[in-house]
This record gives sequence, structure tokens and C-alpha cells, in this order.
Amino acid sequence: MIRWGRCWENMSSNVKHKPRIGVFKFASCDGCQLTLLDAEDDLLDVARAVDIAYFPEASRAMLKGPYDIGLVEGSITTHHDAERIQAVRRQCKKLITIGACATAGGIQALRNWKDVDEFIRVVYATPQYISTLKLSTPISEHVPVDFELRGCPINKYQLIELITALLVGRKPGIPAYSVCLECKRKGNVCIAVAQGVACLGPVTHAGCGALCPSFNRGCYGCYGPMESPNTESLSNQFRILGQNNAEITRGFRSFNAWAWPFRKAGEESERQ
Amino acid sequence: MSREKSRTIKVETLARVEGEGALYVKLKGDQVQDVQLKIYEPPRFFEAFLRGRHFSELPDIVARICGICSVAYQMSAVHAIEGALRVEIDPSVRLLRRLFYCGEWIESHALHVYMLHAPDFLGYPDGIAMAGDHRAIVERGLRLKKTGNQIMTVMGGREIHPVSAAVGGFYKAPSKSALAGVVDDLTWALDASLDTARWVSGFEFPEFEQDYEFVSLSHPEEYPFNEGRIVSNHGLDIEASAYEENFTEQHVQHSNALHSVLRGRGSYMVGPMARFSLNFEKLPEVAKQVARDCGLQAPCCNPFRSILVRAVELVFACHEALRVIREYEPPSASRIQAVARASAGQAATEAPRGLLYHRYVLEPDGLIANAKIVPPTSQNQKRIEDDLRHFVGSIATRPEEEITWKCEQAVRNYDPCISCATHFLRLRLERD
Repeated sequence: MIRWGRCWENMSSNVKHKPRIGVFKFASCDGCQLTLLDAEDDLLDVARAVDIAYFPEASRAMLKGPYDIGLVEGSITTHHDAERIQAVRRQCKKLITIGACATAGGIQALRNWKDVDEFIRVVYATPQYISTLKLSTPISEHVPVDFELRGCPINKYQLIELITALLVGRKPGIPAYSVCLECKRKGNVCIAVAQGVACLGPVTHAGCGALCPSFNRGCYGCYGPMESPNTESLSNQFRILGQNNAEITRGFRSFNAWAWPFRKAGEESERQ
Repeated sequence: MSREKSRTIKVETLARVEGEGALYVKLKGDQVQDVQLKIYEPPRFFEAFLRGRHFSELPDIVARICGICSVAYQMSAVHAIEGALRVEIDPSVRLLRRLFYCGEWIESHALHVYMLHAPDFLGYPDGIAMAGDHRAIVERGLRLKKTGNQIMTVMGGREIHPVSAAVGGFYKAPSKSALAGVVDDLTWALDASLDTARWVSGFEFPEFEQDYEFVSLSHPEEYPFNEGRIVSNHGLDIEASAYEENFTEQHVQHSNALHSVLRGRGSYMVGPMARFSLNFEKLPEVAKQVARDCGLQAPCCNPFRSILVRAVELVFACHEALRVIREYEPPSASRIQAVARASAGQAATEAPRGLLYHRYVLEPDGLIANAKIVPPTSQNQKRIEDDLRHFVGSIATRPEEEITWKCEQAVRNYDPCISCATHFLRLRLERD
């Protein structure tokens, strides 16, 4: 269960020292933690405001917990990681998941509909060397999470906004409406209406700045489901545009395939 | 005769590499008994779940193998599919793809030179601590990195997992004026790259040279990105389509990444040192001159000097990006529609860390029947272990903390991307 809202309380007043941040990686491409290093203009300022105590991708100085803020990237795919996330949770006062792998299981959750043992045999010559779970699952299926930052990858300005909000003890300005609102604000002509292109924008969480429609293509849902997605209506619209059920299933089943609304929509079109 | 003690050096989490790995070194006296680069990053099974996906989805999906070199995955994938479906791309699209790769090389090399590798030479745990004493230098590195990322953003909307690459071209080609917006920063970045090369040339490099088999693409006129034959300094000269006849992958127990070897010859090196050593003549004069000024010659056989080679490649990438922007005229159509048919295609391109090979077999309806992806770090993995095996003996009398740090540095010479290879590092040093 996600503990919304409670994570901003008195963060600043309780913490006398510089807040200590830990960055933890599970199954992922490293892109979301790299986003912190990609905040080139803000990185040295952030590093002054907080104590980056554990961030192996950036530093060999790996300080022990506890941490005030834990940023967790990646999904849980091994027994070892399922145990490690429990230890990480115990060490972090606030635990924030960053990116589609940590919040929804990631692209590697495509195994969840297949036989993982067969997957191992496809990729590895000696399957008995490989230890993995049958499912790739988000962090929130294992431990309580204080905030989920969406995106594949996350948006660096949202990450800085989130860290800033945590430091001053306020709620971050990260809206959960759909990509459509970002398109309207940008003045994009709707690609679905004007060109008949299948676009997941109406059911997808904002945050990217409506990138794909701005690049003359339909949104492919990399920020996952928005707060109240009507996937059924959108699936029907895709059929009107000429997509078949297999195409609709593949559309919902990508980087956030295991997020409940997308999972349900993908399975419904698969059954039809 | 006294009984020699054996020791184990272990690094449980290798830092400043992309992904999760560990290092294990066993010494008896000063003799190295075993070296294992352990990759425990959990496997993600891309090659398995790509089956049944449509070829048009490939650039978006394979980008997610690696957050730091998404463009490389997109490029190898689109070229392999275009080969399979016999799509001829527009010359302007070819230029744009070179520019896209320049952006990725600049952001990736700047990150590695400044934030991941230089701290080893100057004795800091990380780039942020280094900024405490060398703020202006670290700021220069971050601005360089940002310039690479600006190219990525103009071309593909964002730095990581850009959205514009497509089979046949781009969803949208940038306007001349959008590219002109990056010229001032790139002009600064070219000078900053020259300063970078001069700065790192003053570092102290351990005396350590190996007889490497270097493998990279080679193109008749250009320093390689997207096209060329796969060549080596030991006589290899093949098309990408013959890759699997010449290279093979081995599965070893201590790693979730497959080890790639040259059939009948063993380990080899891909990446900046290989490209530089095999393609020096194709570099623009400004890059050749700074290499000479810095005392860097081809072939470069000291892996610790790879930081200098990356700086020279930064010079090249900035220079090349400026050239492309000058010559660019938007294509008449941003992409050519590919028509699905039963087919197979292979391609190799030069990711920042080296040769990246893809092969796909397509069904008549354009769905992927099978896929094979060989990232640079799995190709270098065995070579990294070979380097350590030869290097650790030369420092075995040093204190344990120093051995450990130097071993980590020797691994970081390769800028390994473990997320790709399964996809980092922990070191264990064992002495009995």
C-alpha cells in the first residue's frame, strides 16, 4: 500500500543534519538514476543541499544507512533482491521509487505472461547458472512506498522538484492527469484526431511534456496509467482506427505492462 | 622455504560503472591464481521477450537495455531491420544518425572522463567530491555532457530513451534552425574537449601495456559510427553478417553476462582504444594534432590511457557534429515506410563503449521470430579479466586498499556497462 501525503510532514524540522540520500538499483537500465547525473545545471547544488551517502553508480564512497531519503530504481526479479528491498526499506525514512521498472515492473515484466524457464533457455546456454523469479514486480508489491515518480525514464525536472519538495517539507507539484493536457498546453494538433494515429496519450500519466505527439507519433505510454484512465474506451477507438486485438495488446503491454489498468486492458484485448 | 600466503581481494559493489558487478581476485604470494569479474545484475531477457513484437517497436524497446547508450541500441536495431527489409535511407537521414551518435558519445564520454574515471587518477571517491577542489573543471565536464545531451534532446526529445528513431529514418527530422541552436555550445565544447585532452594527459598512468586484439568498425572515409566492415589488428576483416561465424558467446557460472570470444583466438577489445588504434587516420586533423600534442599514438596499448583516447574522441565528436550541422539539409521525407516480409538482417554500430551487434529474423507479418544482441561490455568482459590477471601481479606487494582501488580503476578503464551486459562491480581480494 502506498502511504500518500504523509511523507512531507516535518521532514525539514526533524532533520538537523544534511539529509542523507541513498540511491539503490534493482533490475533496470540505469537510466533513472542517471537522470540525477543528467541534471547537469543542478547536480552540484543538490550535492550541497544533501549528503549523497550511497550512490554506487557515481561514487566508491558507500556509506552505511540509515538514510533520510531512499531513491529506488528497478524492479524485483530475484529472491536476493526480494530480500534486499526489505533491508533497504528498513534503512530509509522516506522511500521513493523512480521510473517504470520500480513503479510498474518495467519492460522485463513481459516475462509475467510467459514461461520464464523457457526465456532462460533462449538467452543462456547453461540455464542452471541463472537464478530468477517468475515475475518482475514493482517495489510497492514488496514494501510500503512513500512516493512513486513515473516515467521511462523519469523527467529530471520532476526529480529535482521532488527532492526540493522533500527538503522543504511540502507536497511536490507532480500532476497525475493525462498526456492530453500537456499536448493542449503545447498547442499540438491532436495526432489521433487529425491523423488517425493510435495514441495512448488519453490514458497515460503526464510528465514527459507530450514528447511523442510533438515528434509526429502516438504516445506509447512510457509514463504508465494516469489517475483515472478509461482504457476500454480507448481500446474501442483503436479498433475504429483499424488496429487489431494483437496490436492493442502490444500497445498496452510495454514499459508499464504490469501496472493494473494497462495489464487489464492488455488482457481484455488479448481475450477478444 | 617459507609457505606463501594466499589472499583474496573482493570488491562487493563496483562503483562508478553502469549496472551491478563485483570483483574477485585470488593471490598466492604475488601470483594471481584467479580473477572473476562477477556480474550479478539480474537478467532481463530482452532477446526472449522481443519475439512476437513488431519490428516498428524495436527502437523503443531495445533503447531500454541501457539508459546511457540508448541511441546505440536504436541504431544497431534500425540498421539490422533496414538490411532485412532492403530499405535505402535518405542521405540526410544518414547524416542525422551520425549527429545523433555524436550527441551520445559526447554525453557518455564526458560523464565517464569527468565523473567516473578522473576521480581515480586524482584520488577522489567521486566527481562531486572532486568538485570540492576542482570546481571549474567539474563544471566544464558537466557542461560538455550537457552539450551532448542538447543534441539528444533536439534530435529525440530527451536525453535518455529519445523518441524519434524509426526504421527507415526518424518520426520527425529536425529543422535547420533547431540544429543551428546547438552550434554555439558545440563550438565551446570543441575547445573544452581540447582542454580536456590536455588536462587528462597530465595524469599519472601506470606502466602497463598489453598485446590486444582490437576490434572495431572501419569505413573507407569516416571515423566509424553506423557503417563499415568489422576489422582487427590481427587480420579480421568481415561484414557484420559474418559476425557470428567469427565470434562466439560463452556462458560462465560467475556471470549473468555472456563472455564473447573470437573463435580460436580468445579475448579481444572493443571501444575507444580499439577504434582509435584502428582508425587514427580517419580522425580530423584537430583530433590527430591534440593526440600528438598529448603524446598519444596509435596503437594505444595502455588501457589506463583510455581516458585520453575518450578525450580525443570527444574532440572528434564535437568537430563532426559541427560538420554535420553545416552540411545538413532536411530530407524530403523524414522516413521511408518499410514493408514487412519474411527476412533476416544483421548490423553492427559503434556504441560509446564499442561494437554493438544485433541480428533479427522477421516473420512475413513483420513480427520478430528471434533476436540476438551482443553488447560491447560482454565482448570486453573476458579482456577485463585478462587485464586484471596481468596487472594485479605488478601491484601485489602494495597495501590491500591500494590494490583494491587500482583493480577497480583497471575495470573502469573499460567504462563497463553492466546493465547492458545483462547488464557492475564488487571486488573481493583473497589471500590465504
